[in-house]
Amino acid sequence: IMCASAKYNTRGPALIPRMKTKHRIYYITLFSVVLLGLIATGMFQFWPHSIESSSDWTVEKRSVHDVPVVKLPADSPIPERGDLSCRMHTCFDVYRCGFNPKNKIKVYIYSLKKYVDEYGTSVSNTISREYNELLTAISDSEFYTDDVNRACLFVPSIDVLNQNALRIKETAQALAQLSRWDRGTNHLLFNMLPGGPPDFNTALDVPRDRALLAGGGFSTWTYRQGYDVSIPVYSPLSGEVDLPERGPGPRRYFILSSQMALHPEYRLELEALQAENGESVLILDKCTNLSDGVPAVRKRCYKNQVFDYPQVLQESTFCVVLRGARLGQAVLSDVLQAGCVPVIIADSYILPFSEVLDWKRASVVIPEEKMPEMYSILQSIPQRQIEEMQRQARWFWEAYFRSMKAIALATLQIINDRIYPYAAISYEEWNDPPAVKWSSVSNPLFLPLIPPQSQGFTAVVLTYDRVESLFRVITEVSKVPSLSKLLVVWNNQNKNPPEDSLWPKIRVPLKVVRTAENKLSNRFFPYDEIETEAVLAIDDDIIMLTSDELQFGYEVWREFPDRLVGYPGRLHLWDHEMNKWKYESEWTNEVSMVLTGAAFYHKYFNYLYTYKMPGDIKNWVDAHMNCEDIAMNFLVANVTGKSVIKVTPRKKFKCPECTAIDGLSLDQTHMVERSECINKFASVFGTMPLKVVEHRADPVLYKDDFPEKLKSFPNIGSL
Amino acid sequence: MQTRKKYIFLTFLASWLLLLFFGGDQLRHLAFFSGRKAEARRNWPHWTDRSLLKSFADPEELQRDGDPSLLSPRQRRAAWLSVYGSSRCRMETCFDFSRCERHGFKVFTYPQERGQPISETYGKILSSIERSRYHTLNPEEACLFILSIDTLDRDHLSGQYVRNVDEKIRGFPLWNGGRNHLIFNLYSGTWPSYTGDLGFDIGQAMLAKASFDTESFRPGFDVSIPLFSKDHPQRGGARGWLYHDSVPPKKKYLLVFKGKRYLTGIGSGTRNALHHIHNGKDIISLTTCKHGKDWEKHKDTRCDKDNVDYERFDYQELLHNSTFCIVPRGRRLGSFRFLEALQAACIPVLLSDGWELPFAEAIDWGKAAVMGSERLLLQIPSAVRCIHPERVLAFQQQTQVLWDAYFSSVDKIVHTTLEIIKDRLSPYRSRSRFLWNSLPGGLLVLPDFSTYLGDFPFYYLQHGYSPSKKFTALIRAVSQAGSLSQPILRLIRAVSGSQYCAQIVVLWSCEKPPPPSGKWPQTTVPLTIIQGRRKLSDRFFPFEAIHTDAVLSLNEDTSLSTSEVDFAFLAWRSFPERIVGFPTQSHFWDPEQGRWGYTSKWTNELSIVLTAAAFYHRYYHSLFTEYLPVGLRELVDGLAACEDILMNVLVAAVTKLPPIKVTQRKQHKEVVAQQAECRDGAAGTPPPGQRSPSAPHSAPAEVKGTAGSRRFSQRQDCLNQLADWFGHMPLMSSQLRLDPVLFKDQVSVLRKKYPSLEK
Repeated sequence: IMCASAKYNTRGPALIPRMKTKHRIYYITLFSVVLLGLIATGMFQFWPHSIESSSDWTVEKRSVHDVPVVKLPADSPIPERGDLSCRMHTCFDVYRCGFNPKNKIKVYIYSLKKYVDEYGTSVSNTISREYNELLTAISDSEFYTDDVNRACLFVPSIDVLNQNALRIKETAQALAQLSRWDRGTNHLLFNMLPGGPPDFNTALDVPRDRALLAGGGFSTWTYRQGYDVSIPVYSPLSGEVDLPERGPGPRRYFILSSQMALHPEYRLELEALQAENGESVLILDKCTNLSDGVPAVRKRCYKNQVFDYPQVLQESTFCVVLRGARLGQAVLSDVLQAGCVPVIIADSYILPFSEVLDWKRASVVIPEEKMPEMYSILQSIPQRQIEEMQRQARWFWEAYFRSMKAIALATLQIINDRIYPYAAISYEEWNDPPAVKWSSVSNPLFLPLIPPQSQGFTAVVLTYDRVESLFRVITEVSKVPSLSKLLVVWNNQNKNPPEDSLWPKIRVPLKVVRTAENKLSNRFFPYDEIETEAVLAIDDDIIMLTSDELQFGYEVWREFPDRLVGYPGRLHLWDHEMNKWKYESEWTNEVSMVLTGAAFYHKYFNYLYTYKMPGDIKNWVDAHMNCEDIAMNFLVANVTGKSVIKVTPRKKFKCPECTAIDGLSLDQTHMVERSECINKFASVFGTMPLKVVEHRADPVLYKDDFPEKLKSFPNIGSL
Repeated sequence: MQTRKKYIFLTFLASWLLLLFFGGDQLRHLAFFSGRKAEARRNWPHWTDRSLLKSFADPEELQRDGDPSLLSPRQRRAAWLSVYGSSRCRMETCFDFSRCERHGFKVFTYPQERGQPISETYGKILSSIERSRYHTLNPEEACLFILSIDTLDRDHLSGQYVRNVDEKIRGFPLWNGGRNHLIFNLYSGTWPSYTGDLGFDIGQAMLAKASFDTESFRPGFDVSIPLFSKDHPQRGGARGWLYHDSVPPKKKYLLVFKGKRYLTGIGSGTRNALHHIHNGKDIISLTTCKHGKDWEKHKDTRCDKDNVDYERFDYQELLHNSTFCIVPRGRRLGSFRFLEALQAACIPVLLSDGWELPFAEAIDWGKAAVMGSERLLLQIPSAVRCIHPERVLAFQQQTQVLWDAYFSSVDKIVHTTLEIIKDRLSPYRSRSRFLWNSLPGGLLVLPDFSTYLGDFPFYYLQHGYSPSKKFTALIRAVSQAGSLSQPILRLIRAVSGSQYCAQIVVLWSCEKPPPPSGKWPQTTVPLTIIQGRRKLSDRFFPFEAIHTDAVLSLNEDTSLSTSEVDFAFLAWRSFPERIVGFPTQSHFWDPEQGRWGYTSKWTNELSIVLTAAAFYHRYYHSLFTEYLPVGLRELVDGLAACEDILMNVLVAAVTKLPPIKVTQRKQHKEVVAQQAECRDGAAGTPPPGQRSPSAPHSAPAEVKGTAGSRRFSQRQDCLNQLADWFGHMPLMSSQLRLDPVLFKDQVSVLRKKYPSLEK
């Protein structure tokens, strides 16, 4: 099975290489090459010769007027009308798409032809600028294939963007004679201006049988949920006018209406609003007396005042987008571009890309009946939310409206997500603007759970050769009631661990893992031997923690399973003189890190540390043999957005026979190096994720005037 | 080794010879192919005259868009009403919004008629509605109507099928063609086709139906609900089965199914194929044909062997121990299995083409389930194997989020249905998709409070917001004396001394008017006095005067120092969704009496923070007042000291987390006697000595025996009544207290930020 996912290595780094398989692998490879060669040859022998005459394509420099002409006989077949009951599972042939490791659909584009009727009159304009851009975008994308046999989706080159620019019956005939038409199965048509006078249908009137329609201006009655795609009406002004993004905040007008051909009834209602609320409402109309040469589409007027369009949209907080004869309006694109919050008044309208975009975050939808209440409805929206909507509106334009390319790719992605739902793009990826993606966190352990105590924790002791001290740590830790397993990571390749008989006899399983290289990251490897969620990372010289303190640490971790819960705390500070971060291990009132010489955390973070550490941090730490704990603090804080929890009072971390953490930390060069780590990591993460807090966790009755023997954790803080 | 090598070499040579012989011609093709692929994929041509192409529409045409004078919007809407009826109903054509304007979203249930039996399940649905805060007894003010006729089972072969529904409905004067009615249905159609037909004309009524198919579903009008059994709990409901996030998220089995195999009829296509993916190792797919009366008549060759395998595995065991569960269609599209898998955190793999998923208008199922296709059953094993472990972990957690938020009880299913409909009435004041799909779920987020995510305590991290840097102190004053007592003056001074204090609001809950403004102490922060209604639940009313995220709730006799307040506020900023406070109490299960017990004694655990001195988010005032049904608030007002327990229970039910205790300089004021209540209170207010929610054993000697113990037993009753109402005990216990980092450490006092807390 080919998975797109990189499989996690479930074994430790200390794997002993399997010697004898080497030759076998060689043979197997050899055989496979031969076999594959044979199969490939066979396939080509019997494969239908699919390459259509390549003459259409050979000439690279060509005009659209040179494309082949196809004459449609008057009696050539017409497809059925669109089938309203079509859904992906009834009208779409998924077998064409297949299971593929990249989870990408393949899209084929028919070559361009000019269609004429019996009398030689053309059926439509050959191709519009926008449709050409759209097809170019598809062709340049990952979705594209030039092999009609491998295609899952077919895009005709017949331009149906604007229904008014084509002859309906003949266009339908042209569709029907496409080489793979097959009742329109897996064919995708793009249409932005559907319908025509007098009743303006909300979907393309061209009979199209089972073809999917990416349409601008669907109503809930014509839109086939989960089959069609609702797209924007592209505004060519997007390409012509450059409106720089404007910071959110109050603007000159509160409500602006800029549409020219509003129905008089709507205009009356808007004017009533203006009369009521004065100058904060601006209702623009077309200009009647413009001098020659000024394009009418770029000006708007109110009484005698002339405004530039679309620039004027940036002057207002809210911009009205009313339906016209059609539901979809190009003005929506202009409004979004201006970072103005659209107020959409078009009952039954299916908003563009509504299958994936959360329009409530970028717009206000008001039922037509409620137009008179528009002002008060908009007034009730909190200012901070308006600012967010402005930002969101602009982001929607930039990502999904600004070009035909953006529209085409979003459409294909939506269809792709339906076919490979388990690889679909998430809500957040579709909707969160880059600023939010950057500043927000999505905690991988988001469900509030207090894991059962019975599970216990696994202590992972990293050791090199301090056997005596190690044995003392093992003996001490084994006294903790909730310990369920002890794992010794033997990081010394030159020396064998002591014989089995020499190890302390403890009540829980003890496993020794030998590593292949003396690397600090070995301590954070997600060993299969760790079967509990909770991991206690502990150095081989931490013998001063009492059983009560460790057990209490575990209980605290259970209440905060997504955090680092540790004993010695540390702080990062901004050094104003040096203009950089500084590491602090003095007695401070604040903490932002805990040392992993003694800390509880969720095993999940071992995965993150080993496989998802940003940049080169992991290798850097291994190379410098320092700061693995700071890296872990950064990683956890960055992914959860939460602070560490320091437990229990400060102790002197000293022991007679070893250099303790504190002892070592006092070393000046060590301190400088630790500060360097913080600066290095902050630049790799692109931010300072660590959170500073002023609290630590103690048992409820710590130091309270209460009989010690009734306390759950009496032996806390003893020196 | 040598011979084997030779052999392989020979094979190799032979193969290549064969290949050249047969495929020589094709090889050239192959070269041609790859060569062409490498240099020129046949892309869409770059036309030489592409810049001269005309736009798809003239700019004028785009901006003017048709002739505006054609049809007036009002006429068009009127025309819709006649065109888009029944099967094409939408809110704008079949729902009368005007009914909901004056009284808001009120739901009326038809009175039950005598001799009209209703099923247990429908009884639960009706009582859920009656327990909802939207229920009304007055049809005049109703916006939505629910029939008393049991329409859940419309399979006319079923025993619970109600006959002559059409006739009955026509007799209802309120029916009005079904406008603004909501009809619940779990089973429709019957053997063999199981159509969506209900056997009566629903007219313009909305349908809340299980097993909805996308074709007959009227988007934005109907609601798809899950299929649930008659044993589904009325309220509360069992929690999900995910107790820890195991990593790697691997269970004994990868993918399981155990269920019926249909040999014929609708749904047999999928059910009959499921056994193909069984591998006996990590994929267990067991089917039986042993169902129905005449199964032996249709039985095929597999049946006997399948039945043996089938008996070897236990359904519950599979559910508990599998990462993914196949949820195929049955005869109908939905199945009980769907909710069972969801609760078990067994990620549903849906094989039910054309099913409109439950509450899909709100819920993003792509985050909690794998959408399979019935046509691609054989791809499922490889597809689920390829899902990243992180994604699996996220899926599992999301199943629990959704189960607990919308499905674990009939109440939740019905209330979700109502909230979805309510959101449609004012789209500009409704929940975004994000809200519905993140903790704590849409039901607990009131759009009437705010539509801005940053105003809620739940989304700070997800959106990069932070809670406001100041707090509002809300002091509840009950002094019966006309003048201010010493404790309250001290308290105001201490609180206003905090650098984080934005304002002080005094809730004057006494019959006597508050002292004139001149008598109040001068403070650096604004001080507002609000005249309360003298109800206990008053203190959690969402007063407009409170404009900070944080509220510091205080009793007038609370004794706190400025440093305590400062430290606690900073701690709250780390836990803005929880209650963070000083004196605490705890609850426990009393197995002897078979009920919840409550203690105010010093214990190693805590689960209740007294609101006499606690920080919490102001949103909880809105939840307390708007979300909780009136009945609960009345219960609290009737009892002596229960409002703070209710607040704790509410917050715990929302967050599923315990509250947080912070360091306190000395024990909370022990003796509260003289001022605990307005002595001359009106009838209905509790007697003296029972008001302060401080330690219950602390009343002075003379009242200790009577009032003290009564108060204690009332609190215990309260706790049990609340557990009953919520359907479970939401309170969680914590074993820790937050102290300043250097608290009681052996270090110079000068280094400490909060030295006074150690006295």
